[in-house]
Amino acid sequence: MDDAFKRRLILAMTETIVSHAEELTSLDQAIGDGDHGLNMKRGFEAVLADADNIAAKPLPDGLKAVGMALVMKVGGASGPLYGTLAMGLGKALPPDPTAAEAAAALGRAIDEVKARGKSDAGQKTMLDVLVPVQAAFATGGADLTDRLATVAREAADATVPMKAIRGRASFLGERSIGHMDPGARSASLLVQAVCNVFNEA
Amino acid sequence: MDQRNNVGIVIVSHSAKVAEGAADMVRQMVGDRVPLAAVGGNADGGLGTDVGAIMGAIDRAWSEAGVAILVDLGGAETNSEMAVEMMPEARRERIVICNAPLVEGAVMAAAEASGGSPLDVVRATAEELMGG
Repeated sequence: MDDAFKRRLILAMTETIVSHAEELTSLDQAIGDGDHGLNMKRGFEAVLADADNIAAKPLPDGLKAVGMALVMKVGGASGPLYGTLAMGLGKALPPDPTAAEAAAALGRAIDEVKARGKSDAGQKTMLDVLVPVQAAFATGGADLTDRLATVAREAADATVPMKAIRGRASFLGERSIGHMDPGARSASLLVQAVCNVFNEA
Repeated sequence: MDQRNNVGIVIVSHSAKVAEGAADMVRQMVGDRVPLAAVGGNADGGLGTDVGAIMGAIDRAWSEAGVAILVDLGGAETNSEMAVEMMPEARRERIVICNAPLVEGAVMAAAEASGGSPLDVVRATAEELMGG
């Protein structure tokens, strides 16, 4: 993976978060505290500002730098969660991974997110997108990036009828039902952005 | 008595005003007999929590007896856990995050700490407020 490709990944992730910041905020106003869009935007803008430096690092070190920027800048619970995901990927990935190695690394990074959030799939969180995406990734097959983008989008939609039992939305109990989880939505946007960059490659 | 012998208290809120107000109440209870630091708000000064700022607060309230952290809502807890993990290894085992309400927990923990109680007792006193 060359530096230019890594910069394109950073740019694509930042662009999707920035262009959907208002949507993420309104989803979060419905069932959280309304800061998810702004928090994610602040975090990814910090990553983008350091993109040249990050892209010049080997992939594992670059991901650790992304994770650290998100931890330090996001400001909400999503900072440590996305930061843990990126740092976990950085720890688990070899410098030039195969698809199978990347899927396995994503699985280990997701385990760290579960531990950080004391959560698992089925609780109306970002894990409800990450877990099925990782499962499809590990299965492999043709048109993988197209299918992963679809899995991500559908998985975020599937959080609408769920009841939140972790995070701020859990205070709402039954009232969290009927709204898409903002963390699931941001995870889905990021997966789709990454898949698009690979599709264009 | 040197206050640095007592367990330190760190207050982490999404709001700098809430954090400062809670710290004022603690000060009224225990004066300067416990190391105390309060932190609130995100890196832009809005509502939220900031891992770097929490690490700074742990440093300011540091005591060889350890530090008890009181948090308000979800992100404050997650970001405090992250901050603890990023502290030097030798300190990590002497930092606890209390499962207690912010204001009452801070006051109770500080009152316990001001008497020289060890970290596990300070934490237990704050957590009694949860009603067991």
